[in-house]
Amino acid sequence: MIVAILYIALVIVFIWSIMHGRKIIRTERTDAVFGNPIRTQGGYHWVACGVSSILLVWFTFSWDAGRAFFPNAANELCQVAKLNRAVNPIRSAFPIDNRHLLGTRILNRDLHQIELLSEELDDLDLTDAEREDLSALVDDVRETLVLQASTEYMAPGISERFQDIAMRIEKLALDIQSDDFPGPVNETQMAEALAQPGWGESSTEIPVLPKTDRGHVFDAAAEIMGEITSDYSEIRNDGPELVKRIEDIRQRIQELEAVAVQDTYADILSDIEKISKRVDDFRVFPTQVTQGIEASLILLEESMHDRQGGLRFIDAWALPGGAILAGNNACSEQGSGRWLPKPSDTLATFIWMADPAQGYKGFPLFWYKMKPVSEMVDFIVPDLIADLIPGEYGHHDERGNIDYRFKDRIYSFVTGDFDSFSVPVPTGHIWDSILRVLAGLFLGILLGVPLGLFMGLSRFAKGYFDPLVELYRPVPPLAWAPLILTIFGIQDDGKIFLLFMVAFAIMVISARTGATGTQLSKIHAAHSLGATNRQIIQQVILPNSLPEILTGIRISIGVCWGTLVAAEMLAGTTGIGFVENVARKQSDYEIIWMTIIVMGVLGLLFDLIMRFVIDKTIPWRGKG
Amino acid sequence: MSDLVTDNLNMVFELPDGSSVHALKDVTFTLKKGELLSVLGPSGCGKTTLLNIVAGFLHPTGGSIKLGGSIIEKPGVDRGMVFQQGALFEWLTVADNVNFGLRMKNADKEDTRQKVEEWLNIVGLQGFGETPTYQLSGGMQQRVALARCLINDPDLILMDEPLGALDALTREKMQSLVLKIWKETGKTIMIITHSVEEALLLGERLFVMAPRPGRLHKQYRLPFAEMGLDGDPREIKNEDKFVETREEILTMIWNMEEEIMGKVEAA
Repeated sequence: MIVAILYIALVIVFIWSIMHGRKIIRTERTDAVFGNPIRTQGGYHWVACGVSSILLVWFTFSWDAGRAFFPNAANELCQVAKLNRAVNPIRSAFPIDNRHLLGTRILNRDLHQIELLSEELDDLDLTDAEREDLSALVDDVRETLVLQASTEYMAPGISERFQDIAMRIEKLALDIQSDDFPGPVNETQMAEALAQPGWGESSTEIPVLPKTDRGHVFDAAAEIMGEITSDYSEIRNDGPELVKRIEDIRQRIQELEAVAVQDTYADILSDIEKISKRVDDFRVFPTQVTQGIEASLILLEESMHDRQGGLRFIDAWALPGGAILAGNNACSEQGSGRWLPKPSDTLATFIWMADPAQGYKGFPLFWYKMKPVSEMVDFIVPDLIADLIPGEYGHHDERGNIDYRFKDRIYSFVTGDFDSFSVPVPTGHIWDSILRVLAGLFLGILLGVPLGLFMGLSRFAKGYFDPLVELYRPVPPLAWAPLILTIFGIQDDGKIFLLFMVAFAIMVISARTGATGTQLSKIHAAHSLGATNRQIIQQVILPNSLPEILTGIRISIGVCWGTLVAAEMLAGTTGIGFVENVARKQSDYEIIWMTIIVMGVLGLLFDLIMRFVIDKTIPWRGKG
Repeated sequence: MSDLVTDNLNMVFELPDGSSVHALKDVTFTLKKGELLSVLGPSGCGKTTLLNIVAGFLHPTGGSIKLGGSIIEKPGVDRGMVFQQGALFEWLTVADNVNFGLRMKNADKEDTRQKVEEWLNIVGLQGFGETPTYQLSGGMQQRVALARCLINDPDLILMDEPLGALDALTREKMQSLVLKIWKETGKTIMIITHSVEEALLLGERLFVMAPRPGRLHKQYRLPFAEMGLDGDPREIKNEDKFVETREEILTMIWNMEEEIMGKVEAA
């Protein structure tokens, strides 16, 4: 219901944004010629257009919209799929979906094989007598195959049986159009069908028992069709003459096998035997005896189309990019409906996982936990402080009493061994990922910017560090990952170091570009205003490089996200990439899409923050 | 005695391909305190090299240069500079640009504030203290550059084509401003310019330089700067002597250019 309303709203927004955009284009200021950046300002209706169009595509191709508007469609299409599945073995023997009759295909394939075999026979090193025996054998196999196509040796009663099949199919075609078919539905069956979980409500994606009248028609038809198909597949063209010939061939092969001494001779004999075993399937019939069935199949198809009515339209437009297929005892979505999870399901999964008590693999997505201050003191304050304080640690006396001194008390404090209140600290997969990105980025900026500026200012630094940075930078971070994770471990250290490497290279290059891009006259001006070298770096070169540095940070964040997820996929037990990796192993497409969307939104969020920061800190950019 | 004294200045640039360019040859002059000098010449005559040597950004390969008796070795606050494009720090406001030199010395804050106000008044930018510099027009940016240079109270002010990028009207106003500041502060000023009219109007003394090698070609001592202090610059430009000198110098420079570029063929 909500999905249906949302879908209609999205359609309205989409159409409105285009109409509004066109209206604005008509009244647009003509002084902004093509190429003027003013032409890109504003345009939030196009944001609405873009967002709504991508959501519409998602809702449509994941079949979420189809499910919302036609909740019973999948169940009905499942029954149709059952009938299709039942018809298929017969249908595939006729040139409806294929190009040739099944018999034609068999003849084409086997005659070609026999041809190859007789050519091979000519080339083999055999005595004339042997060659003669085998050639005669091959000729007989060929003849037995070819004779199946003639009415002369046809098995008795085949014509009638085919006619019977055709008539039964025709009757079914007429039945499914009639209102009386399949007769009254058993009440317990009906109750059972209605008790099934709805589409997408259980792990069996689509309820398999028919819920609607139309569904019952196809379900019953599928059952009847199954019997017809089974009868059809029993028909063999095993006329007495043909059976006799095959028996004869089989006997001669056995006799020859008994005396075969040479390997090549035995090999070719076994090849001939293989083909003869295909020939004795007797699946080739004279063309004219099966014609009635083809016509009846086409009649059935037309009849199915008529009976489906609007369902076919729903199948094509509301469930695009795939189909519903029937299996042995279940129906499933195939195509985009399968690998593109429905937005509503994805959201439900997200809400389910966002519950901190649930989480994923025993760890919440994003939540907080209470952490005692003493733990943080232990982490932040180095233990060395206690050692550096003058005096001595206490020791025990003769009676075993320990005399604790001031130094001991300080030591307890720095190791966090005291009672303290707790403060909430963020935790969870998403927070871990954010923290790693920020830590790597922070270290990259902290070390990369000074080095970049230094490289932009000093010949030594440029020459010395350039090869180091430029050699490691082009290597994809993932190529480093196995090495780094081995050295630093799979916990946060390794990942943060990997991210640091990525951010560092980008920051070095951007800071260096900024430093070398400083106008000489500004440096000269600062010199003649009495600034020292240090002041020139701090007050002139650094602020002058800010646009490049901030752009570098913006790029770094994006690349860091990409690297982080890849690193978390390699190893680790927390993080958004870890979630996706586990989901990938379990083919859980909803969670995969959820992580993709979470990462996309977080990346967008970071970028928006950076854009805001850039606008606020370097308003002069492009205006100097 | 803070005169600028040069003695046989020579500047030879070694090029990477082994050849060398003689940018300045035997430049000798003395600029007395309070004199206003304009330097004129075709492009490539070493005007800017000379200025950079005076500022201390370059070391001459021969000869000596002294300001107030001490040899110039590196840039210093005793020589203020004004550049063609202002070279303002666009991340700072007008006031922070003007007080840059004082902030670098960690001068007293209140004192600094007063001085900034005073100088903004002189250059005609009252009330613009908190404006970001990237929002100013070219002429206003040059006023900020002037104030930024003068607040340090330098002995010598060096201007590298300071008005070159301004439109004609703003340029005339700024020329008057330069003359006003020269008169009121009594500073020694050295202006490098392309414009013959500007050089005549502003230069109490005028050097015409010649290229290849860069050298002093001719020196003038002119009355127009004094006249311009009180009179209307446009009237001065119409005076016979002004026109006569202008034509003489133009011919001189034209000939130098022809020497370098070859005579322009008549169509």
